[in-house]
Amino acid sequence: MNPAVKDTALFGVVAVLLIGTGIVQGWNSALLILNMGLISAIMALGVNLQWGFAGLFNIGVMGFVALGGLAAVLVSSEPVPEAWQAGGLRIFAGLALGAATVVAAVFAQKRLEGRTKTIVTLVILVGGFFLYRAVFDPGKEAVEAVNPAVSGNLGGLNLPILLSWPVGGLLAAGAAWIIGKTALGLRSDYLAIATLGIAEIIIAVLKNEDWLARGVKNVIGLDRPVPFEIDLQQDPGFVERAASLGLDPVTASTLYTKMGYAILFTIVLLILLWLAQKALNSPWGRMMRAIRDNETAAEAMGKDVTARHLQIFILGSAICGIAGAMMTTLDGQLTPGTYQPLRFTFLIWVMVIVGGSGNNFGAVLGGMLIWWLWVQVEPMGLGLMNILSSGLEDGSPLKERMIESAAHMRLLTMGLVLLLVLRFSPRGLIPER
Amino acid sequence: MDFLNALVAFANFVFVPGLAYGAQLAIGALGVTMIYGILRFSNFAHGDTMAFGTAITILFTTAFIGMGITFGPLPTALLALPFGIGATILLLLGTDWAVYKFYREQKASPVILVIVSMGVMFVMNGIVRFIIGVRDINFADGERFIVTARGFRDFTGLDEGLAIKTTQAITVVVAFIVMALLFWFLNKTRTGKSMRAFSDNEDLALLSGINPDWVVKVTWMIVAALATTAGVLYGLDKSFKAFTYFQLLLPIFAAAIVGGLGSPLGAIAGGFVIAFSEVTITYAWKKVLTYLLPESLAPDGLVQLLSTDYKFAVSFAILIIVLLFKPTGLFKGKSV
Repeated sequence: MNPAVKDTALFGVVAVLLIGTGIVQGWNSALLILNMGLISAIMALGVNLQWGFAGLFNIGVMGFVALGGLAAVLVSSEPVPEAWQAGGLRIFAGLALGAATVVAAVFAQKRLEGRTKTIVTLVILVGGFFLYRAVFDPGKEAVEAVNPAVSGNLGGLNLPILLSWPVGGLLAAGAAWIIGKTALGLRSDYLAIATLGIAEIIIAVLKNEDWLARGVKNVIGLDRPVPFEIDLQQDPGFVERAASLGLDPVTASTLYTKMGYAILFTIVLLILLWLAQKALNSPWGRMMRAIRDNETAAEAMGKDVTARHLQIFILGSAICGIAGAMMTTLDGQLTPGTYQPLRFTFLIWVMVIVGGSGNNFGAVLGGMLIWWLWVQVEPMGLGLMNILSSGLEDGSPLKERMIESAAHMRLLTMGLVLLLVLRFSPRGLIPER
Repeated sequence: MDFLNALVAFANFVFVPGLAYGAQLAIGALGVTMIYGILRFSNFAHGDTMAFGTAITILFTTAFIGMGITFGPLPTALLALPFGIGATILLLLGTDWAVYKFYREQKASPVILVIVSMGVMFVMNGIVRFIIGVRDINFADGERFIVTARGFRDFTGLDEGLAIKTTQAITVVVAFIVMALLFWFLNKTRTGKSMRAFSDNEDLALLSGINPDWVVKVTWMIVAALATTAGVLYGLDKSFKAFTYFQLLLPIFAAAIVGGLGSPLGAIAGGFVIAFSEVTITYAWKKVLTYLLPESLAPDGLVQLLSTDYKFAVSFAILIIVLLFKPTGLFKGKSV
């Protein structure tokens, strides 16, 4: 079969699955799956850039996604003037001191020699740490004491939330630069562990630094780039148009907002996909693949492997950050407690591998397809368990156990899918060309 | 007297918990390092292997208690441990046969095996949740304390109490036995020697007639025993929850890498380095310092360097520092 026909057919399958979901389970859930599928596709694009193009093994996707979510809060929420007065300056002075400490320590490492180097670095680090704590802690406490039930944080800039999408990318890119500078020289599995650790640390910061985004108290009720359902329902013009389509206003308004998100996400996805395709087919993309396939040979050709790795690591992470900001926008809330590596890192990896690493269309397909499967496995598992246990009488412990365990089908299925694809079609559904 | 009080407070809150946690990490890291040495990849499914072994052990523990079999003052889980190890051996040998063998024969690159182990991790995580659910399970029974804080205070007349939990003592004793057995096996038996040879130089080992299939099988069996033991000890000391075992992956890998991947001695050292750093940096030193310093210098705050939620940051920072300055780890591990 012609590859182009096969690829189109595969995307057709995803469309059929989504339309089928719409017909069987309602268009509302189909649109929900589509929206998260689009976001997953963008995350998969980011990981594909790192792994597929450059062979970088990043399993800290969750951290970059969470940073994007943080950007959504910092950009869009209302500032809290009392908190700024109480300790805003102190917090920023503390952070600046902390950053200065790290810079000074790095500088000392580079400039000094022998034993003096070790001693001076240690003195700078320890002294800087206590200085930082002395300046930072009172500010933090003061801010968190301001009306803790509703705020207790510094708030944001009160800008349109759409702006947070690029900002999320920038934030993730900044973090990626720091991580890349320290960890990219390491071997592949060391880099993996390092990124895994960084992601956990980012989540820990989000959970504990209440002054930033309220920690586990969560930020809810973020702005939206699309109208609220309730406003639509009160708009006579909208109700009339909905009625003319034969829909009641409530259904029509939910579908309308979800369609709005879907269109926005599709635009972002198409732009990123276009950029990624351009990059892949440019001399830069060929250089990246050359580095991936043989670092030594690429170095011999005069390519700066470490700098190129850093570059693509930042780009891929930025894409994950954009997707994270989009996801928080879609949810309308930032809940640091819900970020789990299995869902936000390893699932994205399943998407990339299944879709086809090294192929942007493959990543997009994998993102949409695996997300659909992730959502649908639970009801399917429940149905399966209901059928399997139908012979047992109601209330028997085995039956209850089986029904209960259907909720855990997801992880098992994803693992099996990943293993089967790796075994029988290691290059994925749409392989690299 | 104040000095003794400070010492006891230190032992109670830092040394004893650190020792137990370090022993748990060390046994976990030994498993990771064995796989790395013989099979040459970082096994991301290790945390979930530990969870599986622990889950099976918990099932047997419950069954034993139901039948009225207990281990007196010691936790019944120790009686159930061999059964958990047995089940884990079967699981790992099955996984190797169904999954890893294919890639080994293909001579796939290590990073592919790491991704494969991610798939295995998902599956094992699912299996554990099927078996035992996601609840927090406390399965320690028997005596809770060997030395209670009150008993210690009454006995010594100090202000500070020292509590040693049974599980902490068991952890250290079992860890010592496990390590001694492992080193005896690796250094004295024929199979152990052939494993070390295989780890040092695969081609040379094959040339001298070592059966690679047998070496791999024995490795998985040992790893199953180590993982289950580490998991059960950790679960006894804290509690069992599928998700925390997955998170243990980070400190365990940090321990293995800090010690030098592929070096058993390094794994043990790394485990204790990571554990003690985590505990010392996240402990609030106010109490100890108040005893030690004159009254005028007594600290106002908690003197806690980092809040306990940042314990990952500690293992991570040590990992990075060691990697930057000594890339093969403290005990000259491999670097492929």
